[in-house]
Amino acid sequence: MLRNRKDLLGLKDLSEEEIKYILNTAETMKYILAQKNKKTPHLQGKSIITLFYENSTRTRLSFELAAKYMSASAANISASASSVQKGETLIDTGRTINMMGTDIIIIRHPMSGAPHLLARNVKASVINAGDGMNEHPTQALLDMMTIKEKKGEIRGLKVAIIGDIAHSRVARSNIWGLTKLGAEVCVAGPTTLIPPELEKTGVKVFNSVQEALLDADVVMGLRIQLERQKRGLFPTIREYTRFFGIDNKRLMFAKEDALLLHPGPVNRGVELSSDVIDGDKSLIDEQVANGVAVRMAILYLFARKGGSNENFN
Amino acid sequence: MRILIKNGHVIDPQNNRDDILDIYVENGMIVEIEKNLDYSGGEIEVIDAKDKLVVPGLIDMHCHLREPGYEYKEDIESGTRSAAVGGFTSIACMPNTNPVIDNQAIVEYIKVKAKKVGVVNVYPIGAITKGLKGEELAEIGELKFAGVVGISDDGKSVMNSALMRRALQYAHMFDTPVIAHCEDITLVDEGVMNEGYMSTYLGLKGITRAAEEVMVARDVILSEVTGAPIHIAHVSTEGAVAIIRHAKARGVKVTCETCPHYFTLTDKVVDGYNTNAKINPPLRTEKDVEAIKKGLKDGTIDVIATDHAPHHIDEKNVEFNKAANGIVGFETALALGITYLVDKGILTMQQLLQKMCVNPANILGLNKGSLGINKPADIVVIDKNEEYVVDVNKFQSKSKNSPYHGYSLKGTVHFTIVGGKVIVRQKVLL
Repeated sequence: MLRNRKDLLGLKDLSEEEIKYILNTAETMKYILAQKNKKTPHLQGKSIITLFYENSTRTRLSFELAAKYMSASAANISASASSVQKGETLIDTGRTINMMGTDIIIIRHPMSGAPHLLARNVKASVINAGDGMNEHPTQALLDMMTIKEKKGEIRGLKVAIIGDIAHSRVARSNIWGLTKLGAEVCVAGPTTLIPPELEKTGVKVFNSVQEALLDADVVMGLRIQLERQKRGLFPTIREYTRFFGIDNKRLMFAKEDALLLHPGPVNRGVELSSDVIDGDKSLIDEQVANGVAVRMAILYLFARKGGSNENFN
Repeated sequence: MRILIKNGHVIDPQNNRDDILDIYVENGMIVEIEKNLDYSGGEIEVIDAKDKLVVPGLIDMHCHLREPGYEYKEDIESGTRSAAVGGFTSIACMPNTNPVIDNQAIVEYIKVKAKKVGVVNVYPIGAITKGLKGEELAEIGELKFAGVVGISDDGKSVMNSALMRRALQYAHMFDTPVIAHCEDITLVDEGVMNEGYMSTYLGLKGITRAAEEVMVARDVILSEVTGAPIHIAHVSTEGAVAIIRHAKARGVKVTCETCPHYFTLTDKVVDGYNTNAKINPPLRTEKDVEAIKKGLKDGTIDVIATDHAPHHIDEKNVEFNKAANGIVGFETALALGITYLVDKGILTMQQLLQKMCVNPANILGLNKGSLGINKPADIVVIDKNEEYVVDVNKFQSKSKNSPYHGYSLKGTVHFTIVGGKVIVRQKVLL
């Protein structure tokens, strides 16, 4: 499993079996997290770098904690406080990190495909922590882990993803992953925020939230970037919330035992109402906890694959 | 200097020649084209063209030589050498240099430099607007008298429709063709590839085909209103072909070109964030490729141009969003035309040459593109059946940004003769 993979660039390229294998490994990791002493020696002697060209709280922190719980040496680089500010190219930055004996580089970048470019140019394993509008595979994996925990099985579930699908890497990774695992994925959002020919990925596209939510087992809200309004993609935040915001009333279209997910950070009162965020269907806190387990699994599975010591020979 | 090209299959659409003939060249000019010529004796280069085609030198009406300003990508010397091995003997270079070709001094510079280091005929194209800024007309009359063969703001549209109308009216007075790059930048927004399933799949921002088509429609209408001819550059979509076909049927003085990549490739080759497939207009879909081929076949598309656009590896080996637009084209254009059009029965060899010699010469008003007696000897000898594998490392161009590396193509250039001077001999650039 995952035998020929140096890097985790997206769920688009993974098979159903590979995704399941990662999720099973994450369950084991969650068991470790539940112990009083969370330190394990799995990644002793491994070095892991987070290279973030965008701001992040939960993704970065959960990767760093995951690395530290498993005894890896972890360090981080922010684009805003590094040679990137001096105009260094991504490849040159990557090569530099690579030559210091790094086993895994975790990258977040505002441009789609940046992790792929990095992966082609370094020996270290590259883990995509979000690239442009393309993918955010570990987020989708933690979403799937959360769904699986509550529902037992993903096949046959109806999952509704609501909001700005076009610009969302979280939506894309979930679409690839969930459809591979046999879920029925329905999306809804303003027509200006639905990417072209999305149906070809195997999802159903609706213009009304109610239709997408009808009898859903899982409801996933997406963060709406407030600058999209300024670019003319929808008229006002108020109108967005009126037609696409999820509140308790709209949530009644979903199944009685539906789950509510959101990748965070949430715009309270915009894409989700506060009563929904804090309501009994909400699993937003569980998602964060599972995020650490999933990232431990990813680091564990990929730490053996990349890196090279020959530059020290 | 005397040259005798023996036993070749001469194809010269302009003069209706399509036969096994010999061509005798003296002092740079074609002197005689007949069967079984005998000019033995004296100092003469005899070229055995048996089983090969002998055709007019190709004419590229759309390329970027990058000089002055971007000599690290290409210069007039390397660019014309690249053109020569591709079978081109005359090329028209776009004005997006630095400084821009928007005044006679730069036109002079290019002409002088081309005479000094160039190995093919170079014809500059001037800017429509000063600095390509789309704000004020360039000195179109002076540019014309300095020697430009057309004007274009290639790389962008003149977004201001009123200014574009004036440009057409004004240029018409000087009989200067206007070449329109059609792209509504407000519709492009931040797009970097064709909008469609592949842009969704790769998570890249798409460029709607409407960005090209609304501008083609606008420019065709402006041509109709002013009565001034217009030439539409690098047509890439089904809709644009339809608009032009319709305009031609109405009698609008519109001509257009496409490029080899628009009849050979789709946006699928962008997969893996392949920056060598990043180009403007972007590679489209299967139905567009089919429509382009249909437009070539029915005559809607007059010209095949290369849009040779060299870029340094450092401008391509970066994030897809950051990568420069464009591909090098001189050294693959003819073989792509033979492999994808002639071999597939879409065009005859005569029709291909019509679009790569005769029509571009006519549109730019060049006295070129045919094998006439007492005309400069711009001749290429090609083997249309010889197969080869494209290797970008063997390109004469300074830049290697081609999506065709590793492609098996048919059609090789054995001799390129420019003004009676042999530039390529037995596939070797001299």
